[in-house]
Parts: sequence; structure tokens; C-alpha cells
Amino acid sequence: MSSRVPLTYGKKVLELFRNPKNLGRMEDANAEALAGSLACGDMIAIYLKINELTEKIVDAKFESYGCAANIAAASILTEMIKGKNLQDAWKISWRDVSNELGGLPPVKYHCGVLAVGSLRRAIRAYYANRSKPDWLPEEFTQEEKHALEEEKLMETLAKRAQRTAL
Amino acid sequence: MTYSDLSKPIDELIKSHGLPEREVYLDHENSGLIIPEALRAIDDAYRLSGKGHPSITHLMGWISYQALYEATVNIALAINCSPEEIVYTHSGTEANNLAIMGSSELSSKRKKIIVSSIEHLSVIFPAERLEKHGFKVIKVPVDGEGFVNLDFLSEHVDKETLIVSVAAVNHEIGTIQDIKAIRDIVRDKDEGILIHTDACDALGRIPLDMKKLDVDLASFSSHKVYGPKGAGALYVREGIKLEPIVHGQLSTQKLWPGIENIPSIIGFSKAVEIMHRNFKENVLKMTGLRERLINGILNSIDHTLLNGPFGHKRAPDNVNVSFLYCEGEALTVELSTKGIYVSSGSACTSRVLEPSHVLLAIGRKYEEAHGSLLMKVSPFHTTLDVEYVLDALPGAVRRIRSLSPIKPPRKVI
Repeated sequence: MSSRVPLTYGKKVLELFRNPKNLGRMEDANAEALAGSLACGDMIAIYLKINELTEKIVDAKFESYGCAANIAAASILTEMIKGKNLQDAWKISWRDVSNELGGLPPVKYHCGVLAVGSLRRAIRAYYANRSKPDWLPEEFTQEEKHALEEEKLMETLAKRAQRTAL
Repeated sequence: MTYSDLSKPIDELIKSHGLPEREVYLDHENSGLIIPEALRAIDDAYRLSGKGHPSITHLMGWISYQALYEATVNIALAINCSPEEIVYTHSGTEANNLAIMGSSELSSKRKKIIVSSIEHLSVIFPAERLEKHGFKVIKVPVDGEGFVNLDFLSEHVDKETLIVSVAAVNHEIGTIQDIKAIRDIVRDKDEGILIHTDACDALGRIPLDMKKLDVDLASFSSHKVYGPKGAGALYVREGIKLEPIVHGQLSTQKLWPGIENIPSIIGFSKAVEIMHRNFKENVLKMTGLRERLINGILNSIDHTLLNGPFGHKRAPDNVNVSFLYCEGEALTVELSTKGIYVSSGSACTSRVLEPSHVLLAIGRKYEEAHGSLLMKVSPFHTTLDVEYVLDALPGAVRRIRSLSPIKPPRKVI
């Protein structure tokens, strides 16, 4: 269990892990998305309440199944996007999330990537039955692709593990 | 990154964590406490005999040699072998590497290496590395409790086999293997096959007698018997030929050049001596603490699974439980804030995306492995320590589960 490489978090990660901001399900969200899976050991749900006229995010919440960095990344991202319009929220990259947390160690970059991936999924979900703005790319961004790849890889690995286990 | 760049965030992190009022250290898989007598022995060694180099011909050299030899005799007595059969390394990892890589160097005909699928990575990685040099690695499957499939082993052992390596006690799930049965299966096929056992987690937990066990190679680690870090040993049965895997000026050992870490070896030897002397009481005590911890967790927290066997075929110190719907790394951090130090088989605690290969090999699903905690009790823990952990765990698990978008079905603890 090997679980073995010491990982140094910044104190911001530990603080948000202990007292996460914006934690919990949002019953009246008008956009939401889930990224990752239990099998990945890494899953983030993002809930958004968006003002339909201004397209501003008036409230954001999250739920997370994952390590301390994953929880902190999702929490800080919800803080970063509150009050922003969707176009500006879309522009936030995983590196912005990492910087906001005081710099994630390389092995934890994917926590920031997954958080941003789930946010962008939620924004796409919001525009699913609305007219799409010009700034919303047709192609998946790096963070969205990563989330998809991780989900697919784990599906394959989990199936393989089930096959080989006695 | 400069020293000051790195030290400030660590400093802040430790301050932000704060020192818990009560602490229970259960991460003896990774490392842990040192027996006070062993620490004193190291201190004495540095002051009295640690100055010299044991292969140099002056008084200080001879005093060092004497100290090293006495430490070796002590260890040899505890495991019932000759002092000549002990090769010091600086860790169990190095001892395992020497066994696998050192035996391969001399093999021109035998090109098959057989290991169990739940071996320590310091056995699996060297074996896999040898695949690049024409060796074939067979990983023997295990059952749901981690016991090696002996029929599979028997089918695959042949005249091509160089070495068979199975740990006497598994480091993660505490499975106590029947090494004698494995030895007989292998020797019945071909007496020329080397038998190695990683005994790092066995020493001090199960009776170990090299004459009775009758294997060719066995690895040991100092910090796993509450000795200092920086010392390990490989038992190499008389007559077994290995090649060194590290090269340089020899000191007193032909198989491991460079100066021996004499003070650490002396501390290692003292720890072995004490664990050997108190073996029965230690095992009884650890077994009692283990049972209380396992039963307490399984009875008070829903959606939990014990990893590894129940009862007498489990190492007396090993507790490994999967908490479903609860990510293990987050749980280790949560417990750390309560002064409880444990480790997890979650992928998040390592540098790879995959969780513990041991848990996957016993058929655990990915999500079950991600939620696992590994705890090892020691003879130096008290029942109060275990009760403290049992008091803190339900709340910690409840909080981590409360963060997740996927909640446990039915009753939530």
C-alpha cells in the first residue's frame, strides 16, 4: 500500500480540506456535471446557479471523492468562479487552480485538471439546450479530454482487473 | 528550488496542521519507532566503535570489526544461521534486489523467475527489469485472502526456473504463507532452483528458523523490527552463489561493497535480540490489539471489508480494512489531524493512477482498494491507543464520506 511517496501540500490545501468552502449538493442548480469515477479514486461534482440574463455564476458548490488535493481544488475553484460570468469562468485553467492553492506538486496536477474538467462540463451542460455562445469551443479542451481519458482508462483497467482476479 | 523555497511551505504546512494532543502511530509498514535500547546501542556505537573502518588494519579498525561481528552473531542466533550467511545491505529493498538481481547474473540456462503476484515492489520491479535481459517472469496468483495458488506454482516450476520468491508474511495484508509447502513443491521439481523469501514482515511476527525453513535466501529489514532505518540483511545459505549488484571497494563483505553502516547494524542487532527474546509476549500482545482493532472497526462502521485473512494465518500486527465510499488518502489526512498516522492503498498516495497491486490481486475492485487503510500495531501500543483510534475512526470516515457525490446505500454511519 503501498503508498509511499511523501507528498507535500501547501497549507492552503490542508485548510480547505479541513474546512471546505461551498461543499454540498445544490438542489436548485441550473447546471451541474460529474467528472471522474469511484474507480479512478477521483471524482468531482460541480453545481452552478447561473443568472440566465447576465450569465453570471451566482452560486457554486461541489462534492468530491478523492484525496485532500482533489477536495481543495474543487473547493477553491467554486470560490474562484462565484460572481464571474460564464465566459471568464471557462477561461480558468488547471494551472490557475494550482497557483491559487499555492502550487500543487506534479503528482497532484490532475486534481486541478479534473476540477476544471468538471466545471467546463457543467458549462457545456448549461448550453446544451440554449444557443451556444461564440467563445464556447466545439472541440474538447485539454482538461475535458483528460477527464474523459481518465474515465475511459479506469473502465478498461477495472474490467481487466476483474478478468484476471480469481 | 533553493532550500528556503522548499522549507517555508513545509514549515507553514506543519504549523497549519498543528500538533495533535494525542498521537497514535500505526504506520509501521512505512517506518516507525525505534526501541530505546537499540537507540542507546547506536549512540554507544558511534561513540565507542563507530570511528573505524572494519577492514582496515589498525586498532580502530579491529574495534569496528569486533563490534560488527558481535552484532552479526546476535542476529544469526535469533534466526538460527551462521554469521557467515548474513550479508548486510542498507534496507530490505536492497536485500530483495540482491536476491533477484544477484542470482540472475550467474544464470545462463535458467531464465524463468517466479514470484507471487503480491510481492513487495522491491521483488517485482527487479524481476520485471530482468525481462529486458531475456528472463521470463511468472506471477503466481493468490486467492481472496492472499494465499499463493500452489497448483499454479507446481504447474509452472520447471528446469528453466532460476528462482522462486514468495514473502513469508505479506507486507500489506499480513497473509502468512506456507513457505515449507512452497519449498517442497519447488525442490520436488528441481533441487537446483533457488528459493527466496522476503522475511522483512515475518521477523518478530512468526517463528523464523533458517535451518528449519530451509530456504536459500531470506531478506530482513531493520526498521520493520523497530530498529533504525538504514540497515537490512540478506541471509544467503552456505554454498549459494550470488554476484554483487553494487561494485566498488570491498569492506568485510564480498556481496556488498562499501563501508557497512555499523552503528545502524548494531541498533538493528539489538532490536532483533529484544524482539527475539520477547517473541511470545509480543505476538500475544499484538494479536490482542489487532483483534480489538479489526472487530471494533467492522462492528462500528458500515460498508467495510477486511483485506487479508482472519485469525491465525494473519500476521499479528496487520490490520487492513477497505472503507467503501471513502477515499483512503483523504482519510489518512483526516486521521493525521487527529494524531493517528496510517497509510492507504489508494492510488492517490503513490505516483501512479493505480491503487495497491496487492489489493487488486486478491480481487478487490478499484474503488475498494482506493478506500483501504493499512495499520500495524506494535508491542509498544496499549489498549488505550486502540480505543482512541476506534473512537476517532467513525467520525473521520463519516466526514470523508459526507464530501462525496456518491453516498453509501441505506444506512450511513
